[in-house]
Amino acid sequence: MSSVEQRGGKGASGIDEVHILWTSEGMSCDGDTVSMTAATQPSLEDVLLGMIPGIPKVHLYNKVLSPSPGGEDFLTPFRLAARGELGPFILVVEGSIPNEQINGDGYWTSMGNDENGDPITLNEWLDVLAPRAWAVVAAGTCATYGGIHAMAGNPTGCMGLADYLGWDFRSAGGLPIVNVPGCPVQPDNFMETLLWLLYQAAGLAPMIPLDDKLRPTWLFGKTVHEGCDRAGYYEQGDFALDYNSPKCQVKIGCWGPVVNCNVPKRGWMVGIGGCPNVGGICIGCTMPGFPDKFMPFMDEPPGATFSTGITSAYGSLVRRLRSITNDTLNEEPKWHHNRPALTSGYAPRWPRREKVR
Amino acid sequence: MATTARERLGREAGNIVEMAWDPVTRIIGNLGIYTKIDFGERRVLECKSTSSIFRGYSVFMKGKDPRDAHFITSRICGICGDNHATCSIYAQNMAYGIDPPAIAEWIINLGEAAEFMFDHTIFQDNMVFVDFCEEIVRMTNPTLLARAEQTPAPNAAIHGHRTIADIMRSYNPFTGSTYKEGLAMSRLAREMFCLMEGRHVHPSTLYPGGVGTVATPQVFTDYLSRLVRYVDFVKRLIPMNDDVFDFFYEALPGYEEVGRRRILLGCWGAFQNPDSCDYRYETMADWGRDMYVTPGIVVDGELVTTSLVDINLGIRILLGSSYYDDWVDEETFVTHDPLGNPVDQRHPWNQTTLPRPQKRDLDGGKYSWVMSPRWYDKRTGDHLALDTGGGPLARLWVTALAGRVDNPYVKATGQSVKFVLPKSPSFPEMEFEWKVPQWSNTIERDRARAYFVGYSAASAFHFIDRAMAEIRAGRTRTFTEFSVPDEAIGCGFHEAVRGVLSHHLVIRDRKIANYHPYPPTPWNASPRDSFGTPGPYEDAVQGLPIFEENDKENFKGIDILRTVRSFDPCLPCGVHMYLGDGKELKVVHSPMLGFGG
Repeated sequence: MSSVEQRGGKGASGIDEVHILWTSEGMSCDGDTVSMTAATQPSLEDVLLGMIPGIPKVHLYNKVLSPSPGGEDFLTPFRLAARGELGPFILVVEGSIPNEQINGDGYWTSMGNDENGDPITLNEWLDVLAPRAWAVVAAGTCATYGGIHAMAGNPTGCMGLADYLGWDFRSAGGLPIVNVPGCPVQPDNFMETLLWLLYQAAGLAPMIPLDDKLRPTWLFGKTVHEGCDRAGYYEQGDFALDYNSPKCQVKIGCWGPVVNCNVPKRGWMVGIGGCPNVGGICIGCTMPGFPDKFMPFMDEPPGATFSTGITSAYGSLVRRLRSITNDTLNEEPKWHHNRPALTSGYAPRWPRREKVR
Repeated sequence: MATTARERLGREAGNIVEMAWDPVTRIIGNLGIYTKIDFGERRVLECKSTSSIFRGYSVFMKGKDPRDAHFITSRICGICGDNHATCSIYAQNMAYGIDPPAIAEWIINLGEAAEFMFDHTIFQDNMVFVDFCEEIVRMTNPTLLARAEQTPAPNAAIHGHRTIADIMRSYNPFTGSTYKEGLAMSRLAREMFCLMEGRHVHPSTLYPGGVGTVATPQVFTDYLSRLVRYVDFVKRLIPMNDDVFDFFYEALPGYEEVGRRRILLGCWGAFQNPDSCDYRYETMADWGRDMYVTPGIVVDGELVTTSLVDINLGIRILLGSSYYDDWVDEETFVTHDPLGNPVDQRHPWNQTTLPRPQKRDLDGGKYSWVMSPRWYDKRTGDHLALDTGGGPLARLWVTALAGRVDNPYVKATGQSVKFVLPKSPSFPEMEFEWKVPQWSNTIERDRARAYFVGYSAASAFHFIDRAMAEIRAGRTRTFTEFSVPDEAIGCGFHEAVRGVLSHHLVIRDRKIANYHPYPPTPWNASPRDSFGTPGPYEDAVQGLPIFEENDKENFKGIDILRTVRSFDPCLPCGVHMYLGDGKELKVVHSPMLGFGG
């Protein structure tokens, strides 16, 4: 009962049953777990209850959602996996990885105790579990690239998972770390990535396509700006000068043109919400440089002064021309009237040689 | 999943056994509960709560641009980050001297109302209720389950579950109908949230001075049409909760003692009223009283104050069992508040965090990174260990006694809170009344949560009406320009989903010189303070009578876990601000909890 089970169809080849070991004991707020529960494309229940054809049977172990009361009962599958007795599993890591080499006999974060009653650090768990995992997924910007807790001036020396395990790490299934950044992770981006991995485990999908920052290419291959419905204002050199405006926000702190993320295109949930598309400046929360390279968040990005200057010259001309055309298109044709005459050009037959009028 | 090894880990002395649950599941964050239980008397003798994860927020916020504060502090919490962002904006508005447009406040209120609806729903239906579900009750109290099978549900006509056991089955994780509907409804509420604040759980559209949300009729219509569907669910949820909780009192006489503690409740108020709120400290007591959830403190059933100034000045951060050095000799950032009242050195404005890592000692020593916030009661000189009742209990209790909230959907009567939920697809308009209960205990904390979901929904209808009035009058500007002063102080008071939330800010040279958020969990999860007063979790679990039917060999601790979860623990809040490392050397035992199948 500590896991939720479903009967899944067997893949053509490969794994027909997989465990998901999810630890949020990194430096995290558990926001990626919470975010994952918002997903509907697919939802968590869809995956756990076997609503997706072809994927393996899935068992999830996550502290926030676990039916287990906690303690050893919750830790059992993690302990089994550490001993190599669990079967194929996907390790999901949430939160940044602290540097445990800088604090003497102390520790920054732990999960459970060892046989002596001493805490087992997250890092010790990772050292044992990651090489045994069929795949390793970093959920959220803290786990992928360090995020907020790795900000300049931080005391824990924390970092992303690839900095800890190595960027050339390969899991037992031969996969690189799979990074799904976002603070928090966009709900469906996470579940869709997981779904690819489940198809891959079942032998129904090839190796997941990742870029050099280990992100799924179909989710992070475009910029915020390329998917933003306010980008039209940018093209016309028409910029918001404060947060009252529904126009392009690059002059008031939006980093969208240079950030890899699909949120304005996809929305936050079922197409609703987002960032600059709904009035929230892009602070670059999916990026390896987050947050330091984007602060202070509410100031214009340095490069934007130059690019918006150029766009303003071209854009204001285009905007004027479009405005003229737009006025024309806002007029109905002249033959819409209530005078006692038909002026629409009505002609029931194809005109042969005689003139129409 | 099958439990493979069953270890006997309790250290025994006669019938007294040490037991621990570490980590506690179905909460946010890292919490360990360590107890001594007397199985002869079937009572908990001692409880200590501890957390040992550290992240270090206020450390890396020093020196940053104060306008970044809400973006950063949102990341403290992954389930109620927006409460932090909102509270930070309240504190920044005060520091910068901004009075934002009314519509911005209605938009934030609507977002926060949706947050309460989302968070209480997912926590109650998908985390708390698992402790009351058929599968668990079968393991802990089979006799009770047998009785539940035979007990008709009084409100069956409304919620459709014939017996109490049918309701419990609907709580079974991932398969029960209430569990699944809870997840779906938590998503609907999050869609409403995203309409107002952009993204859940770290909002994108909040700024000091207002919001970036585009205030057209569309955004409110989109919200309203979802709210009406959500309300259909709430109308079934509240009677269903009443049925189960009343059954526990009836079937287990004495269950009111589980998790019971002295009535010491704090609420810092929620939902700003732009009719009077101008964010000036000098007028804070007045505009605080106009909030749509009244701030206040209840001691032994008496409403001691509703003034945010009194609340603010009484906050003391005590040490005692936490791994820190004292800061009495450190810098005093704020000697007097803007009204000229002296500010204590133990107040968050003046706190300097001096970590002193050391080994954990649960027997009379230091054992937690959580400090001990207390409220100084100037009438008696006591440092009160207030709790939040998990949030809703204190909010409803204070609001009820204050008798100030009065709008077409919600009315506080002096002894109760009444709210009206308009017609929805399956039900006519329905009125609910939450009455001040006899006890501050586990059941009433959980029951209040269901009622507060309704309170939030009813309030949201009022906020929609007020927002649309602004739109119809053409007042659609959502943001007021401001500049950051060279030196300033600010404070924000709000309710995080699980209770009191304050942010205290000191600006020097236009940078953050000091920033201390005090969320609910340090209040609730605090260890014994320098006066030896235990924190609320500890207090509520100590002396707790055991109703679980299992002997000590098969003990699950369900009554203890229900009590801890009734406070809605959220430990990222508890330990976000602390620096240092801790070495846990003392061996403490953990029972093997065979919830395996």
